Amino acid sequence: MLWEVDVSLTDPATDHAAGELVAAANQLGLAGCTAARTAAGWLVEGNVSRADVERIARVLLADPVTETFTAAEIGAAGLTAAVDGLPTVVHVLPRPGVTDPAGLTAAEALAMLGHPGVAVRSLKKYWLPAMEPAAAASLARRLLANDAIHDVVVGPLALESLAGGGHWSFARHTVSLEGLDEAALAKLSRDRCLALSVAELVAVRDHFRTLGRDPLEIELETIAQTWSEHCCHKTLTSPVAHEGPAGTARYANLLKETVFAATQEVRRLLGAADWCVSVFRDNSGVVRFDGDHDICVKVETHNHPSAIEPYGGAATGLGGVIRDVLGTGLAAKPIANLDVFCVAPPDTPAAAIPPGVIPPRRLLAGVVAGVRDYGNRMGIPTIAGAVAFHPGYLGNPLVFCGTVGIMPRGHAEGRVEPGDLVVVAGGRTGRDGIHGATFSSIELSSASETESGGAVQIGHAIHEKTLTDFVLEAARQKVFHAITDCGAGGLSSAVGEMGSELGAEVDLDRVPLKYDGLSATEVWISEAQERMVLAVPPGQWDKLARIAAAEGVEATAIGTFTGAGKIVLRWHGEVAGELACHFLHEGRPRHMLVSRHVPPALPPAAWQPAGLASTLLAVLALPDVASKEWIIRQYDHEVQGASVTKPLLGPGAGPADGTAIRGVLGRERGIVLGVGLRHRLGPLDPYQMAAGGIVEAIANAVAAGADPERIALLDNFCWGDTRRPETLGPLVEACRACHDLALAFAAPFVSGKDSLNNVFAYTDAAGVAREISIPPTLLATALGQLPDVRQAISPDLKRPGSLLAIVGLSRADTAGSQLELAGRVRGGRLPVVDAAACRATIQALARAQRAGFVLACHDLSDGGLAAAVAEMAIGGGLGARLDLAAVPFAEAGDDAAGATTGLARDLAIAFGESPGRFVCELPAGRAAEFTAALGDVPWAVIGEVLAEPSVELGGAGGVEHVAVAALDSAWRSLARENH
Amino acid sequence: MLSPRALVLRAPGTNCDLETAHAFERAGGIARRVHVRALAERPATGDDCQILCIPGGFSYGDDIASGRIFALELRTRLADVLRAFRDRGGLVLGICNGFQVLLQTGLLLADADGTRQATLAHNTSGRFIDRWVSLRNTGGPCVFLQGLDSFELPVAHAEGRFATRSAADFARLDAAGQLPLRYAGGSNPNGAEGDVAGACDATGRVFGLMPHPERFVATTQHPAWHGRLDPDQPGTGLALFSNAVRAMA
Repeated sequence: MLWEVDVSLTDPATDHAAGELVAAANQLGLAGCTAARTAAGWLVEGNVSRADVERIARVLLADPVTETFTAAEIGAAGLTAAVDGLPTVVHVLPRPGVTDPAGLTAAEALAMLGHPGVAVRSLKKYWLPAMEPAAAASLARRLLANDAIHDVVVGPLALESLAGGGHWSFARHTVSLEGLDEAALAKLSRDRCLALSVAELVAVRDHFRTLGRDPLEIELETIAQTWSEHCCHKTLTSPVAHEGPAGTARYANLLKETVFAATQEVRRLLGAADWCVSVFRDNSGVVRFDGDHDICVKVETHNHPSAIEPYGGAATGLGGVIRDVLGTGLAAKPIANLDVFCVAPPDTPAAAIPPGVIPPRRLLAGVVAGVRDYGNRMGIPTIAGAVAFHPGYLGNPLVFCGTVGIMPRGHAEGRVEPGDLVVVAGGRTGRDGIHGATFSSIELSSASETESGGAVQIGHAIHEKTLTDFVLEAARQKVFHAITDCGAGGLSSAVGEMGSELGAEVDLDRVPLKYDGLSATEVWISEAQERMVLAVPPGQWDKLARIAAAEGVEATAIGTFTGAGKIVLRWHGEVAGELACHFLHEGRPRHMLVSRHVPPALPPAAWQPAGLASTLLAVLALPDVASKEWIIRQYDHEVQGASVTKPLLGPGAGPADGTAIRGVLGRERGIVLGVGLRHRLGPLDPYQMAAGGIVEAIANAVAAGADPERIALLDNFCWGDTRRPETLGPLVEACRACHDLALAFAAPFVSGKDSLNNVFAYTDAAGVAREISIPPTLLATALGQLPDVRQAISPDLKRPGSLLAIVGLSRADTAGSQLELAGRVRGGRLPVVDAAACRATIQALARAQRAGFVLACHDLSDGGLAAAVAEMAIGGGLGARLDLAAVPFAEAGDDAAGATTGLARDLAIAFGESPGRFVCELPAGRAAEFTAALGDVPWAVIGEVLAEPSVELGGAGGVEHVAVAALDSAWRSLARENH
Repeated sequence: MLSPRALVLRAPGTNCDLETAHAFERAGGIARRVHVRALAERPATGDDCQILCIPGGFSYGDDIASGRIFALELRTRLADVLRAFRDRGGLVLGICNGFQVLLQTGLLLADADGTRQATLAHNTSGRFIDRWVSLRNTGGPCVFLQGLDSFELPVAHAEGRFATRSAADFARLDAAGQLPLRYAGGSNPNGAEGDVAGACDATGRVFGLMPHPERFVATTQHPAWHGRLDPDQPGTGLALFSNAVRAMA
């Protein structure tokens, strides 16, 4: 019997979802949706009577104080009767096979109530005014559902059963590569979504020729997963012949000779004081923390899934990077998350949005909700992040998710032993996420939403939470030898990586499934979420199984790591596929890539000056600068109780630079996170884009009190189609910047990730094929350490009468600035990183901080000096007086673009974005000590803190005043729109 | 004198158990984290504990409603254990999700037949919110709030809007001092009836609250401590745990 229970709020005034729907329909100008009601619906199937269903509804599904319910057989007329005079009924339910966390949880609860084996699916139900069914369906698709994961049904539900799946009979499918020319091989790769190049398919064909047979489908899929850009960074590790502004260069392995090489050199110079533990090897980079602990960090991207299904894409992106940390060494405990989104400007006109693209506002709301619902449920504080806007992100947004973990010392390395059991733990395997790894390596198009639905997934955070509890307890009891997460490529990549030397035999029929009917290949490559793979010595299996049972986690031994050097896949004893580890991991052909970078000519500054105060208000309201409070407060940023420096600080809740937590409760050593992203410089100068981002990340962390001698860096490259030499060229330039900056700051890169092919292809209204490529984007993340959290520093102003000082040299750096976006200038000098000077500035600042008299500190980034001081005033609820003439400013001389006078000069000083500068609040009368601490670094007292909440900007044309309340209001204007 | 023992009860999705146990220990107690399955299998696990705490989190994902399934599990598998614990004079504290659980089990604010008098509904904003709020203790029997007047704590929830079955229920509970903790200074984050942030039973020994006292046991957890507050002082939230430990010492 299939029952439906609808639960709705008794008081319509509290039906918030209905109000949101009406408002959203209004905003989009959709006629006819003047009122709505909503309900949470539940489909319940199994051996339950009407009385049972009513009891289930009463006890489990509805709140007795605020809600009422209707329970009936599915299709009963009462279920689609008008509510409050609203006759059109719309159902939105997860498509068969899409993870339905609420339904799964309800089924578990029913088992508790004495109804085991009952299937439950959740749905959302809406009552709307009279309208055509087609209009209702279209409205639902635009506002309530996503075709990638939802079915929309207008009127009665005609479902007969919730049962899905089917039956699969074992069969071996060979895929012959013989006799195929280049075009045919390329077609085969495309049709099967393999993302393998012709040269790679030729290498596969030649390998199987030596074996005297054709590859099986499961073998070909395994190779495609393992050789995907997502899994092995084949572009960044390729040999490259580069032509750039600094001349030509040849790399045998780009990444190894730039980013890795810098890390090795930093470690060599540190000698016995080397604090790196495990870098560029494991799922995250590990460094020393205190005497008992190491910490690790990883940042991943989940761009393509988020473009198609923002909520699920962002949630599973976060879920994936949490498992990266959990799957590092012998498991680390996740203790902080960070999230960075790059999206198109929120005011992008509807007419400019290509077909198949989710409008940026809805997309941003979706990714925020995804991170919120997953991160909050995991109980990991989301402490850092950023949102960056650029039209190039329209069809291909970027979603970065990062996690920091902590582990006992000595747990940084796992080692699989021959004879260890291959154990899969956590969620069950379904058809979800098939081809995620290869999908992420292919460019998006307007048809992606329909073609790649299988690559989109919904996470089940509570499964990951219980999995985490299980893994950490198993790690404490030392019952496994190695662990890794099941991410891109699923079991094929997890078991393949863990068994890359030893090899493994896997009985795919033993893998627990969500539903029947999966083929062996599907089981092997499914990217179903919330799973980990562990190498467990047979003698520890019982103990591990007991821990799993105690935490309510399913753990299953599915094979053995053998030592035979090959992966053997079986299905009920029959061999389903067999691959030599050596070919799988070393057989990929490498080809010399060609890259070219010709720097674009930068126009001299063309000024359209306006007043300082009005410019400041305009800059604070720009999306990159404006308050992200509406996002931050949706994230639990305080869970785990280790919070020291939050993302919003001071009585006025101003913005933080780096954010900090304690590593261990009750101890004083802290961890600081900073991020840097200078995407606007990407198209102008990719080297400076990367260098500026790295300096910003480090400056963030150091401003908050991090020790500049203990900063670990991460790189996340997001690029367009790097098969084009002119797109690869900027990537090489960015890699060079990473190398140079890591060396200059003695800050090693410890991990990283790249996401290439971030291109959106579509056909415009006139039938012309078009393409939007993202600007070259490097996200730099700095993992810093605070020797004592009691010395943490925040940017909010503290005391009237204190001095304000700027540290670091300012220039008229207006290219790519917020000042340019505000329309006050076009072009001008590019912000160029002087790495040695930045390093000296940062070290001097740290000396001053340690001397203990820096009351507040803020690094200068988007919006420059004026925006930074405004933010400090907002946070502290105090005012400030600024004398721009006192700012150490490099006049014209080093380049003509700096030759500005009058108001333009004031604007350049106030809003220029020269890297590596800080504003500090010093107690009155301590300037002499500050001088001593700063040495030769350029700095000057430029004003003071005022009790009256007003900012005074003194320039060549006199003094302008602006109330802090007005600054606050401008800064929060975007947040208000989003509420 | 033996330190009082606190049993911090967790379920799948509980995520504030470690810091809550840490808060009890800072307050001088001994804390033990126990999974609800383990307690159901060996109810005697809790026999030597004087304080029972259900910490925050998203038990079972809160996919149906906050705390609903955890409460169902307690009612179906541990009802006797909980009643015995309360009847022998133990203290019960529910924080955030734990408060939701206490209401859903009927351990707090229920008629004699278990019918519930109050609930915690979705915030009027419709959203999860993490922010600091001002609170005031209006007095009454609540053991945990003794000596506290006005203070700050953070909230972090999507379903925290306190609502009673009827105005009469509210008036009766209010008169009995069972609604002692109120949001103050216009800081009600969720639209709670009467600004109620926390409620206790008639004895004051069973107490639930939406704000997180375990997130303010150290001054450095405050969002405006830098340069203003002494980082070596404890945060006000510690007082709730200290009160419990002292009461059972």
